[in-house]
Amino acid sequence: MNWAGLYTVLSGVNRHSTAIGRIWLSVIFIFRIMVLVVAAESVWGDEKSAFTCNTQQPGCNSVCYDHFFPISHIRLWALQLILVTTPALLVAMHVAYQQHQEKKLLVLTGHADPKHMEEVKKHKMRIAGSLWWTYVCSVVFRLLFEAVFMYIFYMLYPGYQMMRLVKCEAYPCPNTVDCFISRPTEKTIFTVFMLVTSSVCIILNMAELVYLVVRACARRSQHHSNPSSGKGSFYGHKHSSEYKQNEINQLL
Amino acid sequence: MDWGTLQAVLGGVNKHSTSIGKIWLTVLFIFRIMILVVAAERVWGDEQQDFVCNTLQPGCKNVCYDQFFPISHIRLWALQLIFVSTPALLVAMHVAYTRHEKKRRFRNGEKIDIEELKNEKIHIRGPLWWTYTSSIFFRIVFEAVFMYVFYYMYDGYQMPRLVKCSAWPCPNTVDCFVSRPTEKTTFTIFMLAVSGICMMLNLAELCYLVIKICMKESRKTT
Repeated sequence: MNWAGLYTVLSGVNRHSTAIGRIWLSVIFIFRIMVLVVAAESVWGDEKSAFTCNTQQPGCNSVCYDHFFPISHIRLWALQLILVTTPALLVAMHVAYQQHQEKKLLVLTGHADPKHMEEVKKHKMRIAGSLWWTYVCSVVFRLLFEAVFMYIFYMLYPGYQMMRLVKCEAYPCPNTVDCFISRPTEKTIFTVFMLVTSSVCIILNMAELVYLVVRACARRSQHHSNPSSGKGSFYGHKHSSEYKQNEINQLL
Repeated sequence: MDWGTLQAVLGGVNKHSTSIGKIWLTVLFIFRIMILVVAAERVWGDEQQDFVCNTLQPGCKNVCYDQFFPISHIRLWALQLIFVSTPALLVAMHVAYTRHEKKRRFRNGEKIDIEELKNEKIHIRGPLWWTYTSSIFFRIVFEAVFMYVFYYMYDGYQMPRLVKCSAWPCPNTVDCFVSRPTEKTTFTIFMLAVSGICMMLNLAELCYLVIKICMKESRKTT
């Protein structure tokens, strides 16, 4: 299981997302995960081996590195990206559950031929009803995780800038020792880049949240003003949850 | 998520490109991304390890390396390639949106053949023409910006053998030696040349699209 595996899993969710959701997913994969894998990991590759302290005291190097870098940027970004992409799986699970219900309905009504089953799998779910709530929760969790990680980064590495020199007094270092970090400018550039893309993702998530809420309100006001009109196509109507519930109720 | 996945994503866009666009994509993948992965990354692999300074002062090497190489060529090329290939996704999104609209019209009762819809080549006209032209324009802008960044950061495109460093904590001025400078210069010039070729292909594609649309307009008016 690596980033490519995650990409395969999440591409499936893509089909049931809004347009903004798809843009968000592209930004995550291309500007964050891909940059992490092809560029950032090699910048931080020698972070410990090239961390040099001005002392010959054994152990001082390790202790100072550990003191100033409790968890490396790369690992934090990997955790952030995994946690941020995972709420989309809630939506995938809900869609799978709805598709399972539709298939059961087809079996009960006697339309269990392979063509109809394939159609259930392929057709795009409308984000309405309980799926809307699941989708909104997933977007809220994404926002939350992004914000939490940005805060953790700020707490651990104040100002997002990588220093060239850190002064270390931890035992067993004698008095105060100068320690030099490897590639600080390159690390600062990538930290700022990842920060900017993280902010872009937060903005996209907020836009998606607003869009979903506005759409739901518009749909509700349209429903109040014209309750008899069945908006959407024949397919949308046939697979809407109310229609399904009516059919199940009639059969049971 | 690596270059292979990017290739899979962009391969899909290839179907809706012009012939020049397809040539551009091939040049990008074979002469830039592939060279970066199989050759250039090895050349720069030991850039910091083998950066040697004529001093025993601890920390001097790190500081001098950081001063002369704020961001490595490899990372700059990786970012350049990512930014240059991404505008093509605008076109992919537009094509997907057009297909989605056609499917919606089908569901609303119009008669359109689904199989034909899937395999149909979308013609580059109307709003898609504008999206496609914008994507080429952005590609050209990103290429130019990165070429300028390279020139600005590394004072010309040559890798020096020796750099003189006087940043603290180096005592006075210290000679530092760069690893594999000639090989790095060779690859820098190669990547620059291919970048120039890609820019020319993009310009040619832009001209081709503009001329095509002008001819179509003039045929409509006559």
